[in-house]
Amino acid sequence: MKKKGSIGRHQKQLPYHIMLLPAVILVGIFSYGPMIGILMAFEKFTPKKGILGSEWIGLENFRYLKNIPDINGVIFNTFFIAAMKLVLGVAVPMLVAILLNEVHLSKVKKAIQTLIYFPHFLSWVILSGIFIDILSPSTGIVNEFIKWLGFEPVFFLGDPKWFPYTMALTETWKEFGFGTIVYLAAIVGIDPSLYEAAEVDGAGRWRQTIEITLPTLLPMGMLMLVLNLGGVLNLSFEQIYNLYSPQVYSTGDILDTLVYRIGIENAQWGVASAVGVFKSLISTIFVSLSYWLAAKFGNYRLF
Amino acid sequence: MKEAIKSFKKYSGQRKCFTIFNYILLISLALICLLPMINILAISLSSSAAVSSGEVRFWPVDFTWESYNFVIEKPEFMTAFWVSVKRVLIGVPLNMLLTILTAYPLSRTNKQFRGRTAYTWYFFITLLLSGGLVPYYMTILKVGLIDNFWALILPGAVPVYNVIILMNFFRQLPSEIEEAAIVDGASHLQILFRVLVPLSKPSIATLTLFCIVNHWNSWFEGLLLMNNPVNYPLQSYLQTVVVNRDMSLMSTSDILTLSMVSDRTSKAAQTFVAALPVLIIYPFLQRYFTKGIVLGGVKG
Repeated sequence: MKKKGSIGRHQKQLPYHIMLLPAVILVGIFSYGPMIGILMAFEKFTPKKGILGSEWIGLENFRYLKNIPDINGVIFNTFFIAAMKLVLGVAVPMLVAILLNEVHLSKVKKAIQTLIYFPHFLSWVILSGIFIDILSPSTGIVNEFIKWLGFEPVFFLGDPKWFPYTMALTETWKEFGFGTIVYLAAIVGIDPSLYEAAEVDGAGRWRQTIEITLPTLLPMGMLMLVLNLGGVLNLSFEQIYNLYSPQVYSTGDILDTLVYRIGIENAQWGVASAVGVFKSLISTIFVSLSYWLAAKFGNYRLF
Repeated sequence: MKEAIKSFKKYSGQRKCFTIFNYILLISLALICLLPMINILAISLSSSAAVSSGEVRFWPVDFTWESYNFVIEKPEFMTAFWVSVKRVLIGVPLNMLLTILTAYPLSRTNKQFRGRTAYTWYFFITLLLSGGLVPYYMTILKVGLIDNFWALILPGAVPVYNVIILMNFFRQLPSEIEEAAIVDGASHLQILFRVLVPLSKPSIATLTLFCIVNHWNSWFEGLLLMNNPVNYPLQSYLQTVVVNRDMSLMSTSDILTLSMVSDRTSKAAQTFVAALPVLIIYPFLQRYFTKGIVLGGVKG
């Protein structure tokens, strides 16, 4: 009797396993496979000998890495650019959402939303095509405007002084509109009677924003900050790879672009993997920390 | 509209000032998002002479389709365009099929499906950890997919984040309908495709549109995993043209025509053509994504 029951349950379980099988295999090969490849960071790797056949050299690659003259600069750039994007990525959308909430002409509001969400959906290749053209110091329309205002043209993408800020600004340009969505949803969720009560108490729109809207949005902002923290080191590669050039390496080179140059362009597989391991380590700590913080303080669960 | 104007008249002077300032500010922000694209469009539709003399701003000067003719007749561009189309047509249905098939077992309770927790972690961990660029490249090399079209499809075939979003959506559907189906003797596949999928149409539509945009926009894998430029999807090809100015990818006919169509107008035209599909599906996207994101991304 007992045996029959367990067979019955087994039969019901089997379809689930079969349904999951294709995904399990694909994820196994293409996500877990590269994780085994992390061993390359401790080897003098050559593709011919493979991961298991290459010579084991311990921490040699990491020592080599430490002696790359620009490595500290690269680490600094990675964090500096990430930090700017992180702060702007929360503050600007929140502010714009609050302002957008004060637009009562619904057609105008809809039009503004349509326009500011759109850049999110364009790839960095397309945006680079656009930015390289419009930011050009000689022919770009942005510098034409700057010159018209009576200032010297700015070499946004070629001047190391400007480059990191250009990255933060263009990223913000791309994402701020899309970022407003969660805050607008939170504002819609606010009980209108709160505003009515404040109105009766004689609080103006400004006071209502400070005392009702903002406190609702801040936890959401914190949650977004925490969730973005996790991905922040992975954020910049596509943008910077397409927009940088050797003359801005001093302020624009980040870990991911360095990995690409050493690994793919110079074929120093082991060293590049070592940079990758270093970055993945920091990244993993950040991501885990961010999910933990979000679960603890934001009451957020991904599943 | 009338309401808004009526209440505007009742505002205090200070608030009137703020409202006007606010409209101006937000409309400027919207224009800042729009104008760079209008500028590129105007450049692509102007003659190269007008562009190089710096007359073109937001309206074409000396209107011509020349740059677009150049792009359409350029064999490399069209090859890459079809690679991208193929990629979307094969990649997106596969993404969605795998998302649905994977989300269903994971959306069961631990009682219904005992392996659920282990499987969920198996997928979730890939969101936390990754092997990094070089090991990834080596994996693809090992599997033998370098320079193979399927390298653009298979590695990203299971969009784990989307699986989790859909799983969460399945879980919040009322269980009564499903139970009724079980009583009627429906199989798992029938429950999934006859009951759950039709109930999740908005979510699935949103995820599908996001998959289309992702496949269309991704360029890095193409550049990394394809040695032969004939296999490049459009965005990878565009990357080499617009960003790298790789002369080796230009045929002689290109260099000849370039004297008529300037480098700048042709780049603008190519950029615009590559953005066009996203522009076309954007209205559909917009209808769904606000709802979808709030549902899946942040739940209290």
